[in-house]
Amino acid sequence: MTTQLVIFYFFATVLVASALAVITLKNSVHAALSLVLTFFTAAGIWILAEAEFLGLALIVVYVGAVMVLFLFVVMMLDIKPESMREGFIRFLPVGVIVALVMLVEMLSLIGVKALQAQALPPNPALADGSNTAWLGKALYTQFLLPFEIAALILTVALIAAVTLTLRKRSGVRTQKPSEQVQVQRNERLRVVKMASEGKPGESA
Amino acid sequence: MDSVIALFNSFVNDWPNLSLAIGLILLPLLPLIISVAMYVWWERKVIGWMHVRMGPNQVGPLGLAQAFADVFKLLFKEITVPEKASTFLFYLAPLIALVPAMAAWAVVPIGDKMAWSNANAGLLYLLAMTSLGVYGIVLAGWASNSKYAFLGAMRAAAQVVSYEIAMGMAIVSVLILTGSLNLSDVVQAQAGSKGFLEWYWLPLLPMFVIYFISGVAETNRAPFDVTEGESEIVAGFHVEYSGSAFAIFFLAEYANMILVAFLSSVLFLGGWLSPLQGWGLGILSAPGWWWLFAKAFVMAFLFLWFRATFPRYRYDQIMRLGWKVFIPITIAWTFVAGCLAFFGGVTIGPGGTP
Repeated sequence: MTTQLVIFYFFATVLVASALAVITLKNSVHAALSLVLTFFTAAGIWILAEAEFLGLALIVVYVGAVMVLFLFVVMMLDIKPESMREGFIRFLPVGVIVALVMLVEMLSLIGVKALQAQALPPNPALADGSNTAWLGKALYTQFLLPFEIAALILTVALIAAVTLTLRKRSGVRTQKPSEQVQVQRNERLRVVKMASEGKPGESA
Repeated sequence: MDSVIALFNSFVNDWPNLSLAIGLILLPLLPLIISVAMYVWWERKVIGWMHVRMGPNQVGPLGLAQAFADVFKLLFKEITVPEKASTFLFYLAPLIALVPAMAAWAVVPIGDKMAWSNANAGLLYLLAMTSLGVYGIVLAGWASNSKYAFLGAMRAAAQVVSYEIAMGMAIVSVLILTGSLNLSDVVQAQAGSKGFLEWYWLPLLPMFVIYFISGVAETNRAPFDVTEGESEIVAGFHVEYSGSAFAIFFLAEYANMILVAFLSSVLFLGGWLSPLQGWGLGILSAPGWWWLFAKAFVMAFLFLWFRATFPRYRYDQIMRLGWKVFIPITIAWTFVAGCLAFFGGVTIGPGGTP
């Protein structure tokens, strides 16, 4: 148990430090990498709390896919740190107001929850042995409708994102791989039988 | 303060258990590294034979010591860091490539009740670890401050993310038929009395093919090695690396190839089960780790065969294959797997004893 506690404090320290690094580092690629570390450590803490499915899903989805694409974009943009600082003072009041509103909202949420504080019911996942199996059963029986609605919304968002960025450009010559791979030998190559030719004076 | 000291003391008292665990964790690494060396030798030998030449034959008997000679050469070479490179990330990138390739081995079951971690979410853990490997490549490309390395990194990022989806769907279909994320359960579910016909390659044949091809793409091997593409972008992401830093990239790539070979054996070819299981042929029908290693050897050989046979894919064709061919097929076949499971085409869960 104490080993777990030591590991938890280690993870928690790394988590807080890397989260701070995300917003303080000047280089945007370094900041994105700190975000990767933040996600990874958060997943570690969740696994430590025996929520292995959520922890691994966080790594697969966010670290393995979302952050790779994020890093891809950040690297391509080649943002100069100086240009990032421009208008810092000008936008500071807006930022402070947004931060304050968020703080008040969070505090009120926690306060409301604290007023109705009650003992948590025993963890249903532990009774079953496997967290993953329990999560699957709960999602596909008890919460089937919300789950399907969430899936539908995500699909719609995906299609919308693709249609928004899809532009039909006319007059562009592009390769069509689906046609290219169907090419036959006969269409490209013709073997011609002919008599051999020599330079003038040479015998054929 | 006292509580902190007590915490520390109990941590120290726990140390013998911890160090035993750490020792067990490190145990598979040495065989893995040696098998990577032998695999490199075998690759050069096989490709040599396919090209009708000898392959390495000077150092040691049959050239067996060639791989070790290469390793020592690389270790003694100087590591050069390009000017204006991001030095920290430049050194970190090979390690980030190596660690997931090694960590993924934790859940691979070698035999019945023989695995370093019999984790319940083993399949998910594998997906997580294999998806991390791309960071090493992307970081190496960016930190090198070289346009060829950067192009290689960009290609790698897009390619790995694309093929991960097809790979994940193939794994999903396996877990639909197994009813468990535990890799030992996956193998147990393939046990039965009909020999190799009980294994998942038969009901999931398209998935097996797609999984292996995605594995080849995910490890950036020929014919999907556009990340290196030496005829277009020199050597891609590791063009600036030399000496031991390059050796670590090499080690990670080959460890990943061996991992894919093992995983396709475990997921689709019955792991440690005998291909003649249930036919009552004595030792030939008995399960054992040697079957797993034999299957993995054949799958690993396929990597080399591909490399000697196929020309490199063009980049847009790789993307087309991943998104427009593999992903629709995997989605359709996941549905088929669901129907098989629902209507009882295959036995679900740990089935009959071999």
